[in-house]
Amino acid sequence: MGWLEGRFEEGVVTTSLEQAINWARQSSLWPMTFGLACCAIEMMATGASRYDIDRFGAGAFRATPRQADLMIVAGTVNYKMASRVRRLYNQMPDPKFVIAMGACTCGGGPYYKYGYNVVKGVDLVVPVDVYVPGCPPRPEALLEGLMRIQDKVRGMKDLTKDQPIDMPIPARTGFVELPPEIDTPDKANQWAIDTKEKAKPVKA
Amino acid sequence: MSPTDIIAALQQQFGAKIKSSKTDTLDPFVVVDPADLPAVCEFLRDDPRLAFDMLANVSGVDYLEPDPKKVAKAGFEPHMEVVYHLQSFAHTHRFTVKVMLPRWKADRAGDLPEVPSVADVWRVANWHEREVYDLCGVMFTSHPDLRRILLSEDWVGHPLRKDYEFPLEYHGIRGR
Repeated sequence: MGWLEGRFEEGVVTTSLEQAINWARQSSLWPMTFGLACCAIEMMATGASRYDIDRFGAGAFRATPRQADLMIVAGTVNYKMASRVRRLYNQMPDPKFVIAMGACTCGGGPYYKYGYNVVKGVDLVVPVDVYVPGCPPRPEALLEGLMRIQDKVRGMKDLTKDQPIDMPIPARTGFVELPPEIDTPDKANQWAIDTKEKAKPVKA
Repeated sequence: MSPTDIIAALQQQFGAKIKSSKTDTLDPFVVVDPADLPAVCEFLRDDPRLAFDMLANVSGVDYLEPDPKKVAKAGFEPHMEVVYHLQSFAHTHRFTVKVMLPRWKADRAGDLPEVPSVADVWRVANWHEREVYDLCGVMFTSHPDLRRILLSEDWVGHPLRKDYEFPLEYHGIRGR
């Protein structure tokens, strides 16, 4: 916080009210209990102890939209369900966020061509903040999506400006440190060729 | 009873009303006219030698080749079938009854073909027939409650017909 930082006694933290609010908000995103299909199983795994969505403060699955900030649309949305999804979204208090979880909600998925009853992407029904592709996505992917939502919340300017949320997406690019034997494209290519050679069955 | 015996019993009871039969398939079946279906079903259920006390499945089949290039090779005329799979707990045998229908009643497109309901023979047929009506578009006359069961009530068309056209939009949600 610039010139204010460290001017007071030990244990006093200075911050702006907006940042404090955003920090509180991003650390207590309460999702709605809302599973439509197989992706819901993966969402439950994310909530369980191994992946533990509670680490991000998003473990309090609320059974009513009126107490929820985050709608994780987990599973195929069909036309019959779409009106309910929209109604639940409208019942949520602002600010509200939507994660489209899985291929079906991102754009129809396997039902894109012949699914006469499947909505081709839940963004035709409600505004979507973060798309998490996969069929179904791994719990890690859903957690990554949640972190993207947290990035959006961190960029909110409720007090100094009105909405909208002007955080670019993706705000954080995933960086993976590669082991030294494949850290350049050439090395990686050679490594792939070598492994393929090694995997070939030995002729007796 | 073996399928041959079942067919023999049916032919003895109904004679020429049994239109055709086939035994060299996985599911041996007879074909009956729609008008004779309730009588045949009642006989199959009540005759102690047959005792088909369970209707395992009712399904509608649309025989139509939408691709005009493949019509010659398709090997069938366009028609619909309703297939009844029966099972007997007493004798542990199975049997299949088929009903052949035109794709449209009196060949007027939009008029659904009609079959008498067997919901008063086997109660389970109620929902099965609603499903066939919903997805394949077969009208079951004298059905107690013929509404759509899976799709919403204001849905247009019957999606498992081969010439079904996908909706462009449904309640403001874009399709396709």
